Amino acid sequence: MTMALDTPRPALTDLVGKTLSRRRRWKLGEVVFWGLTAAAPFMLPRGMLLLNEVAILALFALSLDLILGFAGIVSLGHAAFLGAGAYAAGLFALHVNADPLTGLVVAVLAAALLGFLTSFLVLRGTDLTRLMVTLGVALLLFELANSFSTITGGADGLQGISMGPLLGLFPFDLQGRTAYLYSLSVLFVLFLAARRMMASPFGLSLRAIRDNPLRASATGVAINGRIVMVYTIAAAYAGAAGALMAQTTQFVSLDVLEFHRSADLMLVVIIGGAGWLYGGIIGAILFKVLQDAISLATPQYWQFWIGLLLVVFVLGGREILHDLLARSRAALAKRISRRAP
Amino acid sequence: MLTILFDGVAYGMLLFILASGLAVTLGLMNFVNLAHGAFAMAGGYVTVVLMQRYDVPFVATLPFAFLVPAAIGAVLERTIYRPMYAKSHLDQVLFSIGLVFMVVAAVDYVMGSQQQLIRLPAWLQGRFDIAGIGIGRYRSFVIAICIVLTIALQYVLVRTRFGSRLRAAVDDQQVARGLGVNVGVIFSLTFAVGSGLAGLGGALGVEMLGLDPTFPLKFMIYFLIVVTVGGRSSLIGPFTAALLIGIVDVAGKYYVPQLGAFLIYALMVAVLFLRPQGLFAVAR
Repeated sequence: MTMALDTPRPALTDLVGKTLSRRRRWKLGEVVFWGLTAAAPFMLPRGMLLLNEVAILALFALSLDLILGFAGIVSLGHAAFLGAGAYAAGLFALHVNADPLTGLVVAVLAAALLGFLTSFLVLRGTDLTRLMVTLGVALLLFELANSFSTITGGADGLQGISMGPLLGLFPFDLQGRTAYLYSLSVLFVLFLAARRMMASPFGLSLRAIRDNPLRASATGVAINGRIVMVYTIAAAYAGAAGALMAQTTQFVSLDVLEFHRSADLMLVVIIGGAGWLYGGIIGAILFKVLQDAISLATPQYWQFWIGLLLVVFVLGGREILHDLLARSRAALAKRISRRAP
Repeated sequence: MLTILFDGVAYGMLLFILASGLAVTLGLMNFVNLAHGAFAMAGGYVTVVLMQRYDVPFVATLPFAFLVPAAIGAVLERTIYRPMYAKSHLDQVLFSIGLVFMVVAAVDYVMGSQQQLIRLPAWLQGRFDIAGIGIGRYRSFVIAICIVLTIALQYVLVRTRFGSRLRAAVDDQQVARGLGVNVGVIFSLTFAVGSGLAGLGGALGVEMLGLDPTFPLKFMIYFLIVVTVGGRSSLIGPFTAALLIGIVDVAGKYYVPQLGAFLIYALMVAVLFLRPQGLFAVAR
């Protein structure tokens, strides 16, 4: 009898294993999607700079999706980690070494450390407390970066960063081709890691925590440990996004820590849908395209339209959008199945 | 020293009036409304427009600074806020941030992005000395108004029939409804009065806090701090928190200006870490 309690029944382990490996399997749509992103430089040679921004925003959104979509932690201060990564990468390139990959690793470690330290602040309390604490941490960092202007350059930003060639082979060009491929590669590698993680028992336990913390802890999930872990990982991801931003634009300013970054990011994740990893990426594409279009029309007041979008979205637009997505997916599946009977 | 304390108290009182509406909607009704500052800004602009374009004296503009935001609040509550009550906190946050972005851009478009200035009447300018302490006339005026409002609020909430109905509606909507309390009307009224108070605070604050289109974003965090740090079970908590924040902020900006708002944020994070329910709340 004790055996049955200590080790799960073989049938159950089997079932869990099967479910997880089914989730891990690659779908056709995913392969096509990543193929398209890799082919983008040939299709849109003029849009490299915008595409680079999209890739970075997608990575940043992926980071928020990890904690919001999977672990259910609401954060209004995710820019803290973006900023930490950006400043770490920028300062490292300025004062130590101009190699992009080393800088990326340094930035990721710096952001992960900050994430680890602040993760203990989000363990307790309700949604509201978490909102306030994450927001508070981001504001603290903003004030710090503003006060230590001798190090960070204050409002003028970090200037004079010049990056070495990637892997010692590919210099960053003005069209942003290297930049885009670099950002895309980092996004892809980190996406693979996230995909694998979320289709593992660890990912499952996070969902359990999100859906019902009490029940999760009753089934033996160590909630606090898991939250610390995923928060640290998400911070590392955001730090990577920050590093990419600093390295490909060769500039860091206080703007990376601004509140609107965190708020926009929420919108990005919510547009695409939280909790399935692609949400952030799709959201990033839609958001950037939209931002580009609106700011061409009204450069000064584009925030109004972003705000309107948020309001409409929450008031009922989301159901319509997701319904539309689901319907088009069903129609596509029908067409494919008709073609191959 | 005592002058700084006095300024801090005035600032804290003002914060309390600004945030008192939020203390009810967020603290008691558990609705995360980040757009609360927008109503305060509305009040500020009502005063500015009335004074600059129609030469209305400052004190006479104050009732309008209360009424206009209250009316806006009532209309918005009836139309777009109500469906939000039942949604998740995340949705409420997104919704109200969206509102803030819209309001900031719209006000920028209509009124321009510059700081708005008003001329206070002569009897509110300058300061007088009591036992060697310099006391600003305007700040004493603000403190006086805020004390009256605070007492009135506490009285309404604790002693009147409306107050007990509100508390019942907040504690358990269904039971309150079953007992014949018209929860919808109570919430609308509360929301309207909260918005009106914010507007009044915004009008009083034009001189002390400044007024430009980014006001709701700049002060959002302060209002939220007052409510979350103060705890969400009564008005005493937010009141104490507002005073504390006012004094710490004014003193901090005077003695260690290079730290900026750092002190306040650090204080908030520390309090919320040690007492997630707030300083004065009992865990439910």
